[in-house]
Amino acid sequence: MSTPRFAIGIDLGTTHCALAYVDISASDGENTSYGVLDIPQLTAPGSVDTLALLPSFLYLPHTDELAAGDLTLPWSDTQDFAVGEFARSRGAQTPIRLVSSAKSWLCHPGVDRRAAILPFDAPPEVARISPLEASTRYLSHLRQAWDQAHPEDPFDQQDVTVTIPASFDPAARELTAEAARAAGYTHLTLLEEPQAALYNWIQGSAGRWRKDVKPGDIILVVDVGGGTSDFSLIAVLEREGQLELHRVAVGDHILLGGDNMDLTLAHVVARQLAVDGKTLDPWQMRTLTYACRVAKENLLSDATLKTQAIVVPSRGAKLIGGAIRTELSQAQVRTTILEGFFPQVDAAARTTSRTRGGLSQLGLPYAQDAGVTRHLAALLGRQAGATAELAGFAGKSDAEASFLHPTAVLFNGGVFKSDVLIERTLSTLNGWLTAEKAEPARMLAGADMDLAVARGAAYYGYVRRGQGVRIRGGTARAYYVGVESSMPAIPGIEPPMQALCLAPFGMEEGTEANLQTREFGLWVGEPVVLRFFGSSVRRQDTLGTLLDFWQPDELQALGDIQATLPTEGRQVGELVQVTLRATATDTGTLELTAVATQGGERWKVEFDVRGSH
Amino acid sequence: MTSSTPEALPSFFQRLPVAFGAFFSVLGNPAFAARVIALRQPATVADPAAVAKTAPVAPAPMKEATPDAALQLLGLLQRDARLIDFTQEDLNQYSDADIGGVARVLHEGCCKVLREHFTITPVRTEAEGSRLTLPAGFDARAVRLTGNVVGQAPFTGSLCHRGWRVTETRLPKLAQNHDVCVLAQAEVEL
Repeated sequence: MSTPRFAIGIDLGTTHCALAYVDISASDGENTSYGVLDIPQLTAPGSVDTLALLPSFLYLPHTDELAAGDLTLPWSDTQDFAVGEFARSRGAQTPIRLVSSAKSWLCHPGVDRRAAILPFDAPPEVARISPLEASTRYLSHLRQAWDQAHPEDPFDQQDVTVTIPASFDPAARELTAEAARAAGYTHLTLLEEPQAALYNWIQGSAGRWRKDVKPGDIILVVDVGGGTSDFSLIAVLEREGQLELHRVAVGDHILLGGDNMDLTLAHVVARQLAVDGKTLDPWQMRTLTYACRVAKENLLSDATLKTQAIVVPSRGAKLIGGAIRTELSQAQVRTTILEGFFPQVDAAARTTSRTRGGLSQLGLPYAQDAGVTRHLAALLGRQAGATAELAGFAGKSDAEASFLHPTAVLFNGGVFKSDVLIERTLSTLNGWLTAEKAEPARMLAGADMDLAVARGAAYYGYVRRGQGVRIRGGTARAYYVGVESSMPAIPGIEPPMQALCLAPFGMEEGTEANLQTREFGLWVGEPVVLRFFGSSVRRQDTLGTLLDFWQPDELQALGDIQATLPTEGRQVGELVQVTLRATATDTGTLELTAVATQGGERWKVEFDVRGSH
Repeated sequence: MTSSTPEALPSFFQRLPVAFGAFFSVLGNPAFAARVIALRQPATVADPAAVAKTAPVAPAPMKEATPDAALQLLGLLQRDARLIDFTQEDLNQYSDADIGGVARVLHEGCCKVLREHFTITPVRTEAEGSRLTLPAGFDARAVRLTGNVVGQAPFTGSLCHRGWRVTETRLPKLAQNHDVCVLAQAEVEL
């Protein structure tokens, strides 16, 4: 690869995508020259506008629905689908042809993510696409937008970083990388979104960050976007006089975001209208959701406002006659949003699976508990010992602490454009800290909630070339395969499962773990399926550690993995002894390989095998 | 229009009333008579330089505003602010409260259209009501003088309105066969 001129960062979000870049040649040290690409996209039939964000929606129109040329883009007049703002607005009226939340489907272990399953509730005549294909099309749109704007610096010669939730499991990471490769991305790195947000904060501080944090700090990144909530904990330590950042823990994958909040408010208002005998059709409901979002933002940003008028205009040309008018009050917003999504719970609170608030779409495993603060309490409680082994933290971490004590918080995501929600989250956290006689956490200010992730990703592509601080930490989980224990068979009882560690916690990129202690017999031509687990807390397990039992919340099943030995040069039914090798790749994925004990042949072990058996 | 071509020269019967009219005009109107005398002088070859000096300069043709961008903007105002719907309604049958409610939709939508497609800045940055002085050669297209407009620049007066100026226009690009005359498509739900 010739030296790229740009480091490109792409935020492949659940509801929006963005592309930012750093001009490497025009940057020096912590002074960077950067920008955000305005993305041409259809905003109406036959009409292309440039917007800073690309809504992550894809519309599959009926062949008679649009006139010739209505889907024309500056770089294509043959595309038969729409991506972006027009897809979102048209799809709101025809949801059976709309692909949305493709990213949430991409990390849904319960479905075959390479199978054409979206739109999930489309009638048979709609030609569906796979979650992988949808992601590929968004990424491809961004590449073409770049190439159009920068013909002299083609996309495939630049350094590209695509962000993923910190909570993505190896299969979802691999699928994201696969989508990017299919979209023509040649020099690709994956980066966790909360890390990208922190990189953006570092970039924005232009060097001052060294004064804003000190060794011993634990930075909590709270990222609540349109569709997902994502947490990460990053410790600050000092090594040879230099500040170092270590990502010590990440949260679970939580499908809960700003869209849920707006929808919940819309339902509150719709109920109030129903009492007055006014019912809303789906079109009006969507308009109401949008009106609620605007009213919510106004009410939350100005506590002196008592109410905000909500007007749902009629769909027909008779604008005034058919309009429905109502109000949203300060009290309703506070009860619904603050108490519903950011309740002031205590640190011992844990998520429940009872309440379901504002969840609409069938099929996706939405968070059962809408309390963002409860999810946060659960994470901090689970990670109480996350820094115990970290140099410089051993003496500091309080053995009495019931949860990990963050000292600083960085907020990210569209939801935190509201200062009230920032204050509520911070005061709840500080309540927990005060209760354990710890210093209150301070807020790291100055993030652009919509574009921070894309910008941070571009900056990461730049610092990876040797300029500036990098966040270390390696893989945020340890990984295990399930093996049947060799106890004597007892009729009627399944032999208990043991978990064998094949990739320890914190594997740095570019490192390998060879599990030599255990051989697996694979039958040629016959897929062998192994159970696969991850743990975000078992930091002490080393390669080859065999677990007989574990706490239910310690290990999570991550779906099965599968190895198939091709028949070339062998006989079907032949048994080959292999060992497993885990590699943390430079791209940011985990690769599992089966290596033959005799001869050293290798085969890739596939994640995401549902649907193939 | 074609008076200089031979076939458009007046016929005998057309010339007859002109001749009588001219006869009486020469008798009764000295100025007219002087012009007739000038007309009867042998034609002299005009000095081209003199002609160039005296001939009235034809005004530059007025700019034709193309309707496309205007229609496109109307379409955007209908889509985001329901402007056409609003203006097509008879307000007499509704209460002010009803109209006020819809005015929010209109206001918010218009703001969105203006914000997304134009960058609008004040012409003058001074606070309204403050005194300011306009030097000679100020841009009369951007600043309007009113009231006691006498004397020579610099002019000093108070700012009644800051003015607005579009510094950037960002209208969507259109496909070749896009019909901008359709401001809002008819909607048929199946």
